[in-house]
Amino acid sequence: MAPSSMAPQVQFVLLFSRQGKLRLQKWFNASTLKEKKRTARELITAILARKPKMCNFLEWKDLKVVYKRYASLYFCCAIEENDNELLTLELIHRYVELLDKYFGSVCELDIIFNFEKAYFILDELLIGGDIQETSKKNVLKAVSAQDMLQEENETRSALEELGLPS
Amino acid sequence: MPIPMRLKELIRLIRSCKTAAEERTAVNKECALIRTTFKEEDNEFRCRNVAKLLYIHMLGYPAHFGQLECLKLIASNRFMDKRIGYLGAMLLLDERQDVHILITNSLKNDMNNSTQFIVGLALCTLGSICSPEMSRDLANEVEKLLKSANAYIKKKAALCATRMVRKVPELSEIFIPVTRSLLNEKNHGVLLTAVALITEICTVKPDTMPHFRRWTPQLIRLLKNLIMAGYAPDHDVSGISDPFLQIRILNLLRILGKEDQECSEAMNDILAQVATNTESSHNAGNAVLYQTVQCIMDIKAESGLRVLAVNIMGRFLLNSDKNIRYVALKTLQKTISIDHTAVQRHRNTIIDCLKDHDISIRKRAMELSFALINESNVKTMIKELLDFLNRADSEFKPFATLRIFQAAIKYAPDKKWQLDTILQMLKAGGSYVNDEVVASSIHAVSESRDLHAYITQQLYFAMYADISKQPLAQVAIWCLGEYGDLLISGTVEEGSHKIDEDGVLDLLQSVLNDTVTSFITRAFTLNALMKLSTRFPKAAGRIKEVVARYTNSLDLELQQRSVEYSALFKSYDTLRPGLLERMPRIGKNDGTEAPVSADATTSGQANDLLDLLGDDIPSMQPTQPQNNRGNALLDLLGSSSNEDSVVQPVAAMPPEIPPLNIYDKNGLRIDFNFEKATINPDNTVQMTLNATNSTAFPFTDFVFQAAVPRSFQLQILAPSGAVVPPNNSGSITQVLKVSNPNKQNIRMRVKLSFNMNGNTIQDQGEINNFPAECN
Repeated sequence: MAPSSMAPQVQFVLLFSRQGKLRLQKWFNASTLKEKKRTARELITAILARKPKMCNFLEWKDLKVVYKRYASLYFCCAIEENDNELLTLELIHRYVELLDKYFGSVCELDIIFNFEKAYFILDELLIGGDIQETSKKNVLKAVSAQDMLQEENETRSALEELGLPS
Repeated sequence: MPIPMRLKELIRLIRSCKTAAEERTAVNKECALIRTTFKEEDNEFRCRNVAKLLYIHMLGYPAHFGQLECLKLIASNRFMDKRIGYLGAMLLLDERQDVHILITNSLKNDMNNSTQFIVGLALCTLGSICSPEMSRDLANEVEKLLKSANAYIKKKAALCATRMVRKVPELSEIFIPVTRSLLNEKNHGVLLTAVALITEICTVKPDTMPHFRRWTPQLIRLLKNLIMAGYAPDHDVSGISDPFLQIRILNLLRILGKEDQECSEAMNDILAQVATNTESSHNAGNAVLYQTVQCIMDIKAESGLRVLAVNIMGRFLLNSDKNIRYVALKTLQKTISIDHTAVQRHRNTIIDCLKDHDISIRKRAMELSFALINESNVKTMIKELLDFLNRADSEFKPFATLRIFQAAIKYAPDKKWQLDTILQMLKAGGSYVNDEVVASSIHAVSESRDLHAYITQQLYFAMYADISKQPLAQVAIWCLGEYGDLLISGTVEEGSHKIDEDGVLDLLQSVLNDTVTSFITRAFTLNALMKLSTRFPKAAGRIKEVVARYTNSLDLELQQRSVEYSALFKSYDTLRPGLLERMPRIGKNDGTEAPVSADATTSGQANDLLDLLGDDIPSMQPTQPQNNRGNALLDLLGSSSNEDSVVQPVAAMPPEIPPLNIYDKNGLRIDFNFEKATINPDNTVQMTLNATNSTAFPFTDFVFQAAVPRSFQLQILAPSGAVVPPNNSGSITQVLKVSNPNKQNIRMRVKLSFNMNGNTIQDQGEINNFPAECN
């Protein structure tokens, strides 16, 4: 695990379904693929076993995990001992709001089929586990501007795929 | 070449698979196609293929073969390629990958791109995967971007810098000069990330704190502006103005105000303002209040402010929201050392939380409850905690039993209560009571002379009811061996049956016959039986026969004991009563203090344990009379058998690690004998110091101290005495345990002092020639 730091830092973000299927994973600390897989598997099991009325925090090994269920998806962030658990809940909520605005009442299928978009939004919210922007508007503006840039490329290659000159 | 499937088509295909096997087949087929396309160096569909690979990666299939393709995408000129390439780099690469070095150049190029989003992608990736080497290579580039006029780039660069400083603290110097201007920005993203950067620098380089403390007024102003500002839809979270930024600032204030009077005073007002004015009806407001309390508790705040903070937590504790209760329990635990009485007021609520359905809450409540125990409440608290222990999750039991034991030792109003508590703890703790607690429990019993008969009887009945709990059985068996005679002669409580000699022996034999009994409990039992052979002279024949059964035991320790004890019955029967006399009170030094020490989870009492197991073996020499007899035994047995090993079980083990002479000066010789510890043999080595004196004068006030580097852990048990007798006529022993989780070469600094003939002699040095087998 990373050296303990006093700065608020999310160690990783996981999104998974009620069936325990991983929908998004973002790791901010170097660890092997095997460790990541094991951590994700064990955490998913531990969180799914918790009852709805319980608090949103789970002390798991040397991590503190903050999670929240939205419809069929669980959003989960691992933080450090000194971090603010309540604020982490706000961070999760912020991400959900952003997804919701971006997709227009988001559902699990949106995230499955557009998982890369879910990552792009997260990357405009967090860098290296720290929050970079507190304005929803700014995050969405940045994501859609980049979508525009990407679309220009896509249109061109779609035309090429059809054998048409761009 | 066919056109590769689109990402969405692949997702649909995989989702339509009915079984795991079907999914695997589909994925393998697609991976094979992707590999072929990669080999053909196709540029057109690389982006699409990598995107598919990222989906496959998320499903848990190997995707490392896409790493180089990500780098190629990053080097492409198309934005689409870069976007997926960087995403892939963040997901598939991490610090440990060698491919990594290759990415540094692309990052450097893109950080100078004219499109802000390309710079943004590069910074985001750098912030996510940067290694110490990358940090050193690119720190100057990041610093340049911190001075950019573009807020979008600035905020990302600031978090990149945060990450770099975390990896390589020396890089702070590059970033410190830029931080000042960042704090003058209006953009919340830049402010937020600037405060993060400063916080990180303060954390990794505490010597920079005086510099940043001078900015406290500015940080306070920032916070004030936030709470005074009117409604700003963009940064509002349920009525709280940018809680993310508020909390970042509060956290930095906490770090700056710690241990600094002047700085703390400057923030008193604003903290009071935040604490009183923040709306607590929503989570966001509570998050701010929670951070404010943490800040107040850590800085040198005014007492009024502290009262305010404890009251906020008291309110939190009564909140119906479990999350709020959780953070209240967590915070009160930190607060307890500052204001014990204020936390005591909430005792009943805290105890109620021990019964909560939620394990997270129970854990916090348990730790806090133990911290609350003092002389005046120990009886009620322990009652609740024993109750808790009875139904506790197994993961809590080792901790809870240890803490109950410590509290019983430290705060017991009387001896009887103390022993009753230990008994209840052993009953409820089952097999989760650790060896140290067992050894210390025995010690506590041995200390309470007037209650020997009482507690032995209680333990007898407890074990009679359930012989499967090894820790309980071990304590009970030890007591039966030592005080078995008192048990028979003592008065029996009404309602319970009369105990006779055969009953005790039957019970001990049933322990030996039980398949779940551990070797160590068996060893305890053999010892106890042996002791009872003198306490119950009529039963000696029966005991002799039972002990003899173990001469063929597969366990070396048991076999050895059995052989030795059988020899005692035969050739040295006259010595037996003397040898098996009641143990004197176990030395004061090594029992009462260590298990109550702060870091008690690691405080080992294996010293005691050895004493107890080998109570009639001279190697430990607990006290003088015992010692003499032990030596007699040594001589006698030594003459009957060719090897000393029969007598000294500890030495009988093949000497795996050669001993080391660490000191030989002024007539003092110190040797270390090594042995892998019984608990955690992989990384713990037990060193037994043996000090002898070849001069004609005794060495008094002998003190040996040692220290090890941080990567090791050292535990020094109490020495066998403070006087090294003259003319090599005796020695002092002391046990040191070194745990070495990283398997490095052990290094140790030692310091010793003693008094010879009125002169104090001191010396120190470093030992780094430990045998390799120690590591």
